[in-house]
Amino acid sequence: MSTLAIALTGNPNTGKSTIFNQLTGARQKIGNWPGVTVDKKVGYLNYKDRAISVVDLPGTYSINARSPEEEIVIDFLMNNKMDVVVDVVDSSNIERNLFLTVQLLEKGIHLLVDLNMQDEAKRRGMNVDARKLEDILGMPVVETVGRSHESIRKLLDVFTTTVMDQYQPSEIIQNHIQHVEELRQSGKPQETIEEEIIAARYALIDTIVEQAVTVKNLGPTRSEKIDSYLANGILAPVIFLLILYGVFQITFTWIGQPIADALDDLISGPVTEGAAAFLESVGVAEWLQSLIVDGIIAGVGAVLTFVPLIFILFFCLSFLDGTGYMARVAFITDPLMRRLGLTGKGVMPLMMGFGCGVPAIMGARALDSEKDRMTSILITPFLTCGAKLPIMALFAAMFFPDNAANVVFLMYIIGVVMAVVMAKIFGATMFKDKGSTFLLELPPYRMPDMKTVLLETWDKGKGYLVKAGTIIFVASVFIWFLSNYNMSGPTEEMSESFLAGLGGAICTIFTFHGFDTWEAGAAIISGILAKETVVSTIGVLYGVSDIDADEAAEEAETFLNSGMGAAFTSLSAFSFMVFSQLYTPCVTALGTIKKEAGGWKWMGFSAIYMFAVAWLVSLLIYQIGSLMGF
Amino acid sequence: MTLKDGVPGDAFKIQDIGDSDLKQRLMTMGLVPGTKITVLRSAPFGDPMAIGVRSYNLALRREDAAKIKVQKVG
Repeated sequence: MSTLAIALTGNPNTGKSTIFNQLTGARQKIGNWPGVTVDKKVGYLNYKDRAISVVDLPGTYSINARSPEEEIVIDFLMNNKMDVVVDVVDSSNIERNLFLTVQLLEKGIHLLVDLNMQDEAKRRGMNVDARKLEDILGMPVVETVGRSHESIRKLLDVFTTTVMDQYQPSEIIQNHIQHVEELRQSGKPQETIEEEIIAARYALIDTIVEQAVTVKNLGPTRSEKIDSYLANGILAPVIFLLILYGVFQITFTWIGQPIADALDDLISGPVTEGAAAFLESVGVAEWLQSLIVDGIIAGVGAVLTFVPLIFILFFCLSFLDGTGYMARVAFITDPLMRRLGLTGKGVMPLMMGFGCGVPAIMGARALDSEKDRMTSILITPFLTCGAKLPIMALFAAMFFPDNAANVVFLMYIIGVVMAVVMAKIFGATMFKDKGSTFLLELPPYRMPDMKTVLLETWDKGKGYLVKAGTIIFVASVFIWFLSNYNMSGPTEEMSESFLAGLGGAICTIFTFHGFDTWEAGAAIISGILAKETVVSTIGVLYGVSDIDADEAAEEAETFLNSGMGAAFTSLSAFSFMVFSQLYTPCVTALGTIKKEAGGWKWMGFSAIYMFAVAWLVSLLIYQIGSLMGF
Repeated sequence: MTLKDGVPGDAFKIQDIGDSDLKQRLMTMGLVPGTKITVLRSAPFGDPMAIGVRSYNLALRREDAAKIKVQKVG
């Protein structure tokens, strides 16, 4: 079987990813380009006795090497010999799309131009003559409509039959390349040259379009009609809030939570009991039984129960993103976000932060300016992620049984308010002189391709599963060890364990917070490994087995009788909740911050400043609350 | 006049992009002198604004639009 190497390039919003996903399905490898935080996607398939590999290069508007994505595209294409380089073009937006095409041709790269979204162009009254375009460019052109089976088959046939070396750039293109070369040699200031070259490219594109494209004006497009509701006037923010509410309802009430509850029942019930019985029957040592059942199954299981929530939330957000609505969210929220020191484009990553901070921090990559990116990375962990929710749910149910839902909601608000306050502070200090920019394409509304939505959901959510298998696994073993051993070996009394010692050492800094018990200290330490473990650690420490934060109301009773009720007052419990909401992110999030923000310095900064903020705010709440007589 | 003062329905021809950090990006996105643009709408609080250019829609902030010199057409 002979091989065939394909690379896909193109603008964002051209259906390039859909084509990639339809071509390769689940046979993809997603990694990182060396040295930068940009996804590298490679997929494989076999067709007509050819082993085809497809590289999905990042979607870019140009290759001026202004962003890491643009650098990757040009570096990759200049340094790798591909059999076919496909330039995916949105036919309904051909003028701007051709800019990248022309730029690639200037570099001497031979292209197979894929006129995608032909159906959409026709609906808009545009007709792109593929044969004429082929003549004008001197490069092969193929027409597709995105995700249809015929289109994918057609592409594969073209891939396997086209010999790119047969094609040579047309005279028009060669003249243009020569013209660009002359401009470069003109000796004018670099910036002027660049601008003249851009103008020359669009002049060429105007000529191409004049010859190959006819447009009948059919009035406002469907997307513009939709936008007159979704991105216009006072209705726009109202609809946005309704959609946001819908997403959270789907995640936390209608679909995600019931699945999570069922999974939790399964793990804490049959799985735990089954494992315990099995280990007992085969005669495993008692300490190992305890490690597996109380340590690993309890710890990893607690994380697994959040997986449905995270996946459902990410599915909703990926779906909305696929429709084009997220660009409108950025559009309508930008003025508000800007006043808060952020940008409208940052709303989507922040929304992910309510699921899990890790993909939310990674999502900040999409932001244009250094200032927006860094601010977003540094404030995202203040939000209430899926792992903090059980802490809030349990404490609220225990100490504020009459107002539990409101208190949990209040914690969400406190997280958001602190994120905003810190964004303002960073904007006025560290990033004072850095500008924020906002230039955003509003793509046409489209029905998203389900395969693409599902693959994206999996890509964002799988990190959480990996985390359950790695960090949480290690953390569970570690915490189990710390809570069952001390210097002289195994201990029956947890109050004499390593964990008690550590908790006791740290809890002195919470003397004025009302929760200076070693149990609280131990829970806080374990929360840095993973927030999920705060509740389970507290449960273990107060001797409550089978913690089920999702049925917090019923569990609360058990906890109150366990000695935990005496350890906290309502006020100190509230203060502890606020501290948990705001303090140092978990190690997985810290690792992501190090990668995305570029170094240990930012990771250390995040860890320390968030701890300080949490310490201060919860102190103020406890002290002011005490003065007010709560 | 500048693009900043455009209201929905206005059709303009770009005269000059004006120097800014965004200049080359704006040009790359197809806003070069001579290009026709239409003002589509403003976000609910008046900013940013959406324009139609080269058969696609682009959102930009009014402060950036203020640097783009335009001439009314049609």
